[in-house]
Amino acid sequence: MEMNSPVGPNALDAPGIVGKPIDRVDGRLKVTGGARYAYEMQQKTVLYGFVVEASIGKGTIRSIDTRAAEKAPGVVLVLTHRNAPTQGTGNHREAHPVLTGPQVTRYGQPVAFVVAESFEEARAAAYLVDVKYDWSSGKYALRANVDEGRIPKPSDAPAADSAVGDFAAAFAGAPVQIDVTYTTPLQSHAMMEPHATLAMWDDNKLILHTANQMLNQGQQVIATTLKIPLENIRLISPFIGGGFGGKLWVNADAILAAIAARQLKRPVKIALTRQQIFHVTTHRSDTIQRIRLGTDREGRILAIGHDVFSGNLPSEQTYEGAALQTRTLYAGPNRLTRHRLVPLDIPVASSMRAPGEAVGLMALECAMDELAEKLDLDPIELRMRNEPSEDPEKHIPYSSRHLVACMQEGARRFGWDKRNPKPGQVRDGRWLVGIGMAAATRGNPLRLSKANVRLDPDGNATVRMAMTDIGTGTYTILAQITAEMLGLPMERVVVELGDTSFPEAAGSGGSFGAGSSGSALFEACDALREKLARIAGMDPATARFADGNIASGEKSVRLTDLVGTGLDADGEIQPGRNNRDFSQQSYGAHFVEVGVDADTGEVRVRRMLGVFTAGRVLNAKTARSQAIGGMVFGVGAALHEGMTLDPRFGYFVNRDLAEYLVPVHADIPAIEAIFLAELDNESNPLKSKGIGELGICGAGASIANAVYNACGVRIRDYPITLDKLLTGLPVRA
Amino acid sequence: MKAFTYQRADTTAHAAAATAKPGAKIIAGGTNLLDLMKLQVETPSQLIDINHLPLDKVEETSEGGLRIGALVRNSDLAADPRVRQRYGVLSRALLAGASAQLRNKATTGGNLLQRTRCYYFYDITKPCNKRSPGAGCAALEGFNRIHAILGTSEQCIATHPSDMAVAMRALDAIVETVDRKGDTRTIPIAEFHRLPGDTPEIETSLKPGEIITAVALPPPPRGVQVYRKVRDRASYAFALVSVAAIVDSARGRIRSARLAFGGLAHKPWRSPQAEQELVNAAVGTSTFNAAANAVLDGARGFGDNDFKIPLTRRTLHSVLAETTGT
Ligand SMILES: Cc1cc2nc3c(=O)[nH]c(=O)nc-3n(C[C@H](O)[C@H](O)[C@H](O)COP(=O)(O)OP(=O)(O)OC[C@H]3O[C@@H](n4cnc5c(N)ncnc54)[C@H](O)[C@@H]3O)c2cc1C
Ligand code: SF4
Repeated sequence: MEMNSPVGPNALDAPGIVGKPIDRVDGRLKVTGGARYAYEMQQKTVLYGFVVEASIGKGTIRSIDTRAAEKAPGVVLVLTHRNAPTQGTGNHREAHPVLTGPQVTRYGQPVAFVVAESFEEARAAAYLVDVKYDWSSGKYALRANVDEGRIPKPSDAPAADSAVGDFAAAFAGAPVQIDVTYTTPLQSHAMMEPHATLAMWDDNKLILHTANQMLNQGQQVIATTLKIPLENIRLISPFIGGGFGGKLWVNADAILAAIAARQLKRPVKIALTRQQIFHVTTHRSDTIQRIRLGTDREGRILAIGHDVFSGNLPSEQTYEGAALQTRTLYAGPNRLTRHRLVPLDIPVASSMRAPGEAVGLMALECAMDELAEKLDLDPIELRMRNEPSEDPEKHIPYSSRHLVACMQEGARRFGWDKRNPKPGQVRDGRWLVGIGMAAATRGNPLRLSKANVRLDPDGNATVRMAMTDIGTGTYTILAQITAEMLGLPMERVVVELGDTSFPEAAGSGGSFGAGSSGSALFEACDALREKLARIAGMDPATARFADGNIASGEKSVRLTDLVGTGLDADGEIQPGRNNRDFSQQSYGAHFVEVGVDADTGEVRVRRMLGVFTAGRVLNAKTARSQAIGGMVFGVGAALHEGMTLDPRFGYFVNRDLAEYLVPVHADIPAIEAIFLAELDNESNPLKSKGIGELGICGAGASIANAVYNACGVRIRDYPITLDKLLTGLPVRA
Repeated sequence: MKAFTYQRADTTAHAAAATAKPGAKIIAGGTNLLDLMKLQVETPSQLIDINHLPLDKVEETSEGGLRIGALVRNSDLAADPRVRQRYGVLSRALLAGASAQLRNKATTGGNLLQRTRCYYFYDITKPCNKRSPGAGCAALEGFNRIHAILGTSEQCIATHPSDMAVAMRALDAIVETVDRKGDTRTIPIAEFHRLPGDTPEIETSLKPGEIITAVALPPPPRGVQVYRKVRDRASYAFALVSVAAIVDSARGRIRSARLAFGGLAHKPWRSPQAEQELVNAAVGTSTFNAAANAVLDGARGFGDNDFKIPLTRRTLHSVLAETTGT
């Protein structure tokens, strides 16, 4: 099915299993260790690999001496550019060639791969590989190189620039102006499970157990890289310990293991160490964002401009789309957004949870707060005055948009009316207390997905798709959809995911996972219902499915009596006209209270509330988990996270979880997320919209706004660490 | 990690003798040593496991203090009722450190001997005088947000990361050791850790083959005990600045005060001058200021850590206000 028309009433509309806060069906497996991740897969003759990373930012390998490593105990192979096969090339979304030559283009680039009988032997030998480099001067820091920014032209993202009306003139003539620059730091995904792969060859067929969010995409990248037919590659990834975008594309672990396994004719496994993850895999670029807002005296936007700089390797086109939401969030006749990409000699920058919005809203929604103060307007009122009636750039309707309802409901629940708009007024002992809010928005993409569902005579339904569950709850919502559609209890549904021998699926990323895979499954179930109804001699349009029976009028038949030796059906969803003719986003509003220690500047969140609308909620529990997980991400982005680049070496200095700080339990106090009822008839057959990234969008800005409200210090350089606040705090002494 | 042999020590003397051999290293909780071995910052050829030695008791001393065995785990020490009642500053310092899991493994001896968290020290591809004397110090002109502002040298500006040791410094703890010959000695904590000077690789006054058996705490001094740790997140982060304070005051006058600082130097820092400023002084901003000035006398920032100077001042004010009830 292509999404070309609105979805009418359907089988999910009546109250049922879909939407209920059902526990994860894989929860028990996960907490008992029964869920096996890529690195835990066992193979008798397996070998272990360890990566040697380049320890310079840019240059060439002058010499590489592997003799000591080759002689070390247990070592069976040391791969370098001298003995690695030639591979296909492309940007990081097309191919991932490794050990291609003596050229070092970035710190952490694998320069050797040591394979041994045990992990410990491989690691010890890796330290014996003696690499000598000739350094060349590199460009590492974004700010120092902004002058080299160019217009990126990625094939898989919106155009870098957009313009409506005459921004320059409108801004210049606007009675009230805000012109501010915000910066966000380099960020690492910091998922729990490291990138890991077990590779083995069966004749000319490659099997990879690998932690990867989008298996079909991965298959393509591996085919291009290893120059083998796609059909000969099977990726298996039933469980993934988080990804946040860091496992969207194929990383060096998979390619190195595949090459070594082929050469050695034995299975090879590898897991990157935490330190390696920071350089060997991708990260989110830092950004420099200039926001210009011009309004009339009542706060109606006349001109809105957002200029973004981010960085990437010279060979890449992927930019951090931090201004994309600025194209649709607020009304205003004159608009300008521009993204510039600065070529840098540091590891590849790519998608991290809510690419674009996550950091874009940290600038835009703070600028809105600054504007509200300048206008002496309540921040919610300011946003309501700029609520658009249609997408202000594309001039198409929104599929559904309830931002105002989210803000109003959140304000009511949070006690927004008790906020003192004057900063620095509220004290609780040592703490200066403040409240802030921000809007949330995240695009709702749809991607091609297919599904197969089969009903067996034992009464069990089995779902198969190459979809992944990266910890979000995909298994559970797919089981719910199946149970609902076929009228079966949850226990009768088996969901099998994470295998490219199953029907192609979108994978998990960009908030498209549940909507895309769930819709394909919905279509498959619908097709199976039709088959079953026909066999039962009933009208598919009116047949009812419940308790393992199909019924029409007085007549009721057990489904198991209809399936013979088993009956299955396929389903498919594809984006269509609706994805062009409607502006599709999820929305929400964040409210947060923080304390700032008046002496030390330490910021601690006291309570958080997110109110969201994202179409149909498929499972109230997993949806809430996604939302609060996103909000926690927002806390990290606002207060803790940031890789520090050392421009002398072109590397990220704080590359472990003791020094790259993410929020811990003690940083997350009372946190609540609620979803307001909404159905989106244009999005997909489930009438749902993406929620996986919505929680992070705007969360960081609401914290920054609360910090300002608490202590009157506006920090435009994230993360908001205490050293930046100190000078603005009340004097001691 | 380099291959190593492993040996379990049966007696303290045996452990000391075994450790005297070149390349040998004690392993206690292993929470620091193993991390460093994985990165080949530490490359012992032999590990002497002391976890089976009877050094895991907290006992009363005849003087009315406590003797803490070198193997007492950080979590057990923090929870000991005697520590909680009489040495609150120590209990709080311990609980402010690391995570519950780490504290369950980490030992008293290991905690004192944990090594700096300087990023460059942790990366063997970067120059570091502490790791390879003479190689240079990458932190001096690098990213040095967590580095020292007091007692630094041109060779090294690293800090000692322990919380526990800061409280012990305020309590005038005494480190008890035994060497390979079986001779025991006591080292006041003030002399236990060293400043980097020209030899940042030498961090303590322990001699080769000398191991820690216990830490003795003298009877607790009078006064209110506070441990304040300033950090980038609410838990599980090292101190940017920490203050262990024991202040005895009444009716607006300070009778005695002890102040020890973490995050500022290569060792837990104490400033006798600052304490002097407080004794017999009136509680209040000008007294606190004088103390802060004394602590920060000679303080020097290296760029990213400049903020530690005002932060120390402000934190000290806050702690003194708290301990004097103002
Ligand atoms: C992520 C992380 C966060 C942390 N956060 C904090 C924090 O916030 N605050 C804090 O204070 N600490 C923190 N720590 C450090 C932790 O407290 C130390 O790792 C721990 O105390 C070391 O004790 P251990 O017994 O495990 O030592 P080990 O790792 O076993 O040994 C450390 C060193 O001491 C030597 N040694 C051990 N016992 C003896 C002995 N009896 N005699 C002679 N030598 C000996 C060893 O040879 C080794 O050189 C953190 C650690 C980690 C990994
Ligand atoms: S500060 Fe000390 S530990 Fe850090 S790099 Fe310099 S010498 Fe090494």
